Amino acid sequence: MGRNPVTWLGSPTFPNAARDALSDVQLRGNLAHATTTIRTKRAAAVAELPDWQRLRESGQAIKDEVLSNLDSYLERLEAAVTARGGIVHWARDAAEANEIVLRLVKEAGASEVVKVKSMATAEIGLNEALEEGGVSAIETDLAELIVQLGDDRPSHILVPAIHRNRSEIRDIFRSRMSGVEDLSDTPAELAEAARAHLRRKFLSAKVAISGANFAVADTGSVVVVESEGNGRMCLTLPETLITVMGIEKLVPTWSDLEVFLQLLPRSSTAERMNPYTSVWTGVTPGDGPRKFHLVLLDNGRTQTLADRVGRQALRCIRCSACLNVCPVYERTGGQAYGSVYPGPIGAILTPQLGAGTDDPQTAALLKSLPFASSLCGACYEVCPVRIDIPSVLVHLRGKAVEGTHTPESVAMAAASWVMQSPARFRLAQRAASVLRLISRRGKVKRLPWPGSKWTDSRDLPAPAAETFSAWWRRTRG
Amino acid sequence: MGTRVALFATCLTDTFFPDTARAVVRLLERLGCDVDFPAAQTCCGQMHYNTGYRAHAVKLAKRHAKAFDGYDAVVAPSGSCAGMVREVYPDLHRRTESVARRTYELSEFLVDVLGVTDVGAYFPHRVTYHPTCHSLRMLGVGEKPLELLRHVRGLDLVELSGADSCCGFGGTFALKNAETSTAMLADKMTHVLETRAQVVTAGDNSCLMHIGGGLSRLKTGVRSLHLAEILASTEEEPWAATP
Ligand code: SF4
Repeated sequence: MGRNPVTWLGSPTFPNAARDALSDVQLRGNLAHATTTIRTKRAAAVAELPDWQRLRESGQAIKDEVLSNLDSYLERLEAAVTARGGIVHWARDAAEANEIVLRLVKEAGASEVVKVKSMATAEIGLNEALEEGGVSAIETDLAELIVQLGDDRPSHILVPAIHRNRSEIRDIFRSRMSGVEDLSDTPAELAEAARAHLRRKFLSAKVAISGANFAVADTGSVVVVESEGNGRMCLTLPETLITVMGIEKLVPTWSDLEVFLQLLPRSSTAERMNPYTSVWTGVTPGDGPRKFHLVLLDNGRTQTLADRVGRQALRCIRCSACLNVCPVYERTGGQAYGSVYPGPIGAILTPQLGAGTDDPQTAALLKSLPFASSLCGACYEVCPVRIDIPSVLVHLRGKAVEGTHTPESVAMAAASWVMQSPARFRLAQRAASVLRLISRRGKVKRLPWPGSKWTDSRDLPAPAAETFSAWWRRTRG
Repeated sequence: MGTRVALFATCLTDTFFPDTARAVVRLLERLGCDVDFPAAQTCCGQMHYNTGYRAHAVKLAKRHAKAFDGYDAVVAPSGSCAGMVREVYPDLHRRTESVARRTYELSEFLVDVLGVTDVGAYFPHRVTYHPTCHSLRMLGVGEKPLELLRHVRGLDLVELSGADSCCGFGGTFALKNAETSTAMLADKMTHVLETRAQVVTAGDNSCLMHIGGGLSRLKTGVRSLHLAEILASTEEEPWAATP
């Protein structure tokens, strides 16, 4: 296959990838600008709703209810979709899902498909799999198209090309589209070039592939939320529609959906309502696709569900608010996270979906991800479904170090042993005061590894000549 | 007799910043508290917990709870250590629930328990305040530290832009992802320097050690100083680092 599910095969660990990303000045500028803008807008959009916290609680409760009874909701969904003329397929992993989709495309006699922006299909590397099977997939979302034409990787959930600025996009279009030699970098001209490029594809495509933001178990209705309208063209024009959906995307009823249609746009694009919400239920004669296939994807979700702390990551509605507020993401960008899920959600979702990989390099990446956070908590504060990301990070750190014998685990055990006894702690404090010998004016400027990781960029205060506890004993004891 | 308060100095402050702990004692005694320093205290286990070594953290939590048994209130000059005890401990062990309930970060204790915002301090310097992540988002101290600073005579408080962004410390994060941590620190320092403040203050010596360590490396001349030391300073007894 040449590709590991969830992560991009061959990706370095987070600290190594981050080091490269940090040295890219252009990238840091693009990201700082983009995330600061959207962050401010989101805060304003959310502040308009007096019941925002209650909405978040509802969102959390609905998703938790679905996750704790997932099997019965899935069966209900399958029955409802089938009753309305859709066909449901079950895929255990990326390879199975890709196989199913490729077979369906071939059965429809197509060699080209148009795609609605979708995280699930990006997660399983569907485009590459189709390519290998002789089918070319055309991304129709503007940012996704920029990534595709630039032979690039996405770096954001909502805006996969957020790391590109306008002149970079112009250069990509100029080199990959025909008849745009004079293209300027104004947003209107760029959008127009993309529109002209895509329009031809929409009209000729026989098959469209989408993901799903939600599916209503009661009625079997599938929902895609978007801003550009390209998605709607894909969902309505072609004869065959294939939707790949993670099994956690369910909501029980239409009134539950209402909660998420408020939470998602404000968190995601800072809009009160998103411009296009497409909903379809099976097939409708004379209207829209004549064939509808729903591929329900597990790919690590069931194993995630088995973890009592970690499972809350499955509540995620992919709004990307946590990315936009994350100080780490803002500096490193999304590609450093090694998968289509970057930022805080990536740091807790990717290691869980990918757990059990037999590729050592991937395993090292997955272990490094939960440490890619200062635990500042900004993500938890904005998450519309109240995923306690910091707690899940800490939980996954625990799994990453479990049973390891490293210099770190030895140091931690030693520190713990010291701290179990005040007497040992006093001795350790006295031992630490040797640092005073190498300090100048109360500052330590240079330490050997691993202390150098601190002193490379910051001074360290020298330990005090008399600790507080010693002072207390002397003066008050 | 005033409220019986136990000072939870934190291992970092005890070892590296004894002036801060002395300032807390001075401040609380000035406000009529009966302050004690339980000698059995060592470390709350936050570093172990945050790095994934939960079993060690549980042991440290249990002994921390025992060390602070019997006091009306436990006060820590640290948002993250107070947050560890109050927000994380109950999840680690049942026997820590009581100490979790009685633990306060300094500014919370002053404003919520003692009910004071004017602590009678005098500090004639230009100061900017960095709200540390755990005090802000874990404990929710909100405006309390700023309220306290606004009542300090002589103090010129300058707003810090991007104040609620993390300084990049994050405990072992500062070592494991040193480059990212330093990039975050660089932006924080830029904002501090923009204020032209002489002193940057916060309620947590760990973040101050990070911000201050960067400012000192760049020889900016800006001091990092714990909130407690500003609040302890009076006209009669002005702040002075250890003689
Ligand atoms: S984790 Fe929460 S904030 Fe982040 S993308 Fe998912 S729903 Fe949005």
